Amino acid sequence: MSTQTVELGASRSGEPPRSLEAPSLRIGERIIKALLWSAATLSVLVTTGIVVSLLIPSIAFFQQVPLWEFLTGTVWAPAFANPSYGVLPIVVGTLTVVFFATLVAVPVGLSSAIYLSEYASPRVRRIVKPILEVLEGLPTVAIGLFAFAVLTPLIRQLTPFLPWTGPFSIGVAGITVGLLIIPLVSSVSDDAMRSVPADLRQGAYAMGATKYEVALKVIVPAAISGIIAAFVLGISRAIGETMVVLLVAGAGSPVLSFDPTKGTQTMTAYIGSTATGDIAQGTITYDSIFAVGVLLFLMTLAMNILAIRLVKKYREVYD
Amino acid sequence: MSDSSDKPNLSDRVAMPARTRVAVGGAREVTEAMFSSVDRAKKIRGTIIAGVLLLGLSVALIAVTAMVVWAFIAGWSRLSINLFTNVPSVVNPDNAGYRTAILGTLYIIGGVIVLIVPLGVGAAIYLEQFANPANRFNRFIDLNIQNLAGVPSIVFGILGLAFIVRGPLDLGFVAAAGSLTLALLVLPTVILASREALRAVPSSIRDGSLALGATVWQAVSRQVLPAALPGILTGVILAVSRAIGEAAPLLLVGAVTFVTFNPSFFEGGYSTLPTMIYSYASRPQESLQTLAAAGVVVMLVLLIMINSVAIYLRNRFERTW
Repeated sequence: MSTQTVELGASRSGEPPRSLEAPSLRIGERIIKALLWSAATLSVLVTTGIVVSLLIPSIAFFQQVPLWEFLTGTVWAPAFANPSYGVLPIVVGTLTVVFFATLVAVPVGLSSAIYLSEYASPRVRRIVKPILEVLEGLPTVAIGLFAFAVLTPLIRQLTPFLPWTGPFSIGVAGITVGLLIIPLVSSVSDDAMRSVPADLRQGAYAMGATKYEVALKVIVPAAISGIIAAFVLGISRAIGETMVVLLVAGAGSPVLSFDPTKGTQTMTAYIGSTATGDIAQGTITYDSIFAVGVLLFLMTLAMNILAIRLVKKYREVYD
Repeated sequence: MSDSSDKPNLSDRVAMPARTRVAVGGAREVTEAMFSSVDRAKKIRGTIIAGVLLLGLSVALIAVTAMVVWAFIAGWSRLSINLFTNVPSVVNPDNAGYRTAILGTLYIIGGVIVLIVPLGVGAAIYLEQFANPANRFNRFIDLNIQNLAGVPSIVFGILGLAFIVRGPLDLGFVAAAGSLTLALLVLPTVILASREALRAVPSSIRDGSLALGATVWQAVSRQVLPAALPGILTGVILAVSRAIGEAAPLLLVGAVTFVTFNPSFFEGGYSTLPTMIYSYASRPQESLQTLAAAGVVVMLVLLIMINSVAIYLRNRFERTW
């Protein structure tokens, strides 16, 4: 934020006025400021709305299903005649997606970021950055469809030794989500590496370091908090991805299994597929959507806060 | 370090006895060897690392290209005007189209633009130009917006289901509910992009305006905002293109029905392009898969058109201060 806004703040709190601003606002000006304030405050209302809308049905849910049973149960079968609400199978589904997504996005995203920030000429950057932006902007339903039609058969052919069954696979879903978050990982790490001051880079070159030594031993360590933030943001995005998982891993009944060749549900896929069917408000199945939503929200909240902290850290050090 | 052969050679230019020439050459070699401590192994390793990095980058580029090319190939046989004029159907897939879904998407996007432009830009102006960043509540708003930008889209669907479709607003499963849900989803994107654009305008412009006696709002609305407009527009367009492709939250607020009549904003069922593609794709028939791919092409063309506007605006009006 610009320094002069800080001065305005200081003048308002009673110190001698140093800013160019008029000492008090006119009435019209006050109304405009109030309107703008309410636009900004809307975001707080949205968060409150999310929390309230998640909590109320969840409380009803946890009155019927004990929290401990929910968190440690190994059978997730809300639609069965004898329903069971152990969330672990769909949590494991989500973790499998995150694992394979990280496996793809971390090496690919980081190496594209290093290449773009340290090796690429400005011309290459001008061409490649928009292409990465296109990948970031591609609708996830389109990517999911592509993965189901092209990627799944391809990976199957490349790995005939794996026990493939049925058309769906949670592992392929994870790989696809990995492709999807490459641009995010790459652009956030790229930003972090480019904000490393030129002195460090020049200094290293002056000491006789080669290009890759500068990139890997100076720039990457200097930008490490931003790079980790990029990974964390990517993971958060992978946890929340819905359409790709629905299309590639199917929406079949979830089983507690780490097998990447089988189709299963994730937390998001459960919410998406259950809410699509017409379910009556007030039933326990309806409430279970919200209970899973709480878990999803908490997981991504923790990731986001961590990422925001990390980004702030590198900004503070180098700005 | 490497191209010593291109450099003008002292011994070539100056006439000198053969012995001196040898001495100068030797001295040069020794000096160069001392300065270029890079040995062969290091050079090879550098090349390999550059190659690996380039490989990583090309994975992303290949993925984009493959996806777009595949959509055109897979959907080619269904690309015709029927896609735009016929209504969705699963019983008669060869004649089914996307008319009501495309209309639904256009309605929803219209609503999203109407909502996010004033709300997003207003919030950004407040946070950048009016708010005192030392104030605890303003810092909380800031953190809150950054977090909202990372909340999974399906959670916004839950919010839409509980607050907009049912609960306090009680709109029912109508296009307006979908529109409002998506607007809330992309609002953080607009705010963050607009703040970035406002921040890029040098404070001297605002200060100059204030020094001439303008009020803060006059300075902001007549000087700062016009200067930041291209950046803000780019942000709005990015948000809109995200809203066009978003399907997950719409699953929860009712956009999955096979609507055979043109939708209306506040009543009756509606569908959208991405959710319609999902509905087709999640059925096993071959012809519906083709139809889904054709739908992807329609969506991609729509997105390319909108994004080229963004790129044009960015190139036409962007200025560096």
